[in-house]
Amino acid sequence: MMLCKVLGTVTATAKHPAFAGLRLMVVQPVDERQNASGTSFIAIDHTSSAGPRDLVLVLREGNGVRQVLKDKTLPIRSMIVGVVDEVAV
Amino acid sequence: MYLGRVIGTVVCERKYQGLEGKRLLIVQPVDHRGEPSGPPEVAVDAVSARPKDLVYLVGSREAALALEPSFVPVDSAIVGLVDAVDT
Repeated sequence: MMLCKVLGTVTATAKHPAFAGLRLMVVQPVDERQNASGTSFIAIDHTSSAGPRDLVLVLREGNGVRQVLKDKTLPIRSMIVGVVDEVAV
Repeated sequence: MYLGRVIGTVVCERKYQGLEGKRLLIVQPVDHRGEPSGPPEVAVDAVSARPKDLVYLVGSREAALALEPSFVPVDSAIVGLVDAVDT
């Protein structure tokens, strides 16, 4: 998993049916000091509680997503799986 | 998944079984500000995207899952037309 900062939301009306009803967030990977590292990408929000500026834990692997959502056919690769309270380094 | 801007089309008469009838588009991956973030790539279109559209894509094995029937040899698929990115 990776630490990311939520930048905002993505609205898409026309989309693959697998994404129906799922929240799409744009997230920015960050390092352990919360400095940006790499390019922003899109993740679905399974916690349903992540909002802009939140530090979150993102799973970037499709098999894990399919296990969590219990559907072996989902074309989804990245998912917010936790809202981070604290990082100690 | 990631954002991209459709910049062109690819016509490919002979292609692998399962890809018949699938549209191929050239997509420039972009970040949340619309700035290019890597080299353009060819993606298969699952949502009837057109040139200049802002889209989101899924890569890797999940791209194949976006198509019917599944497990065609693609590694990038357009799975949504983006209306807005609010940051």
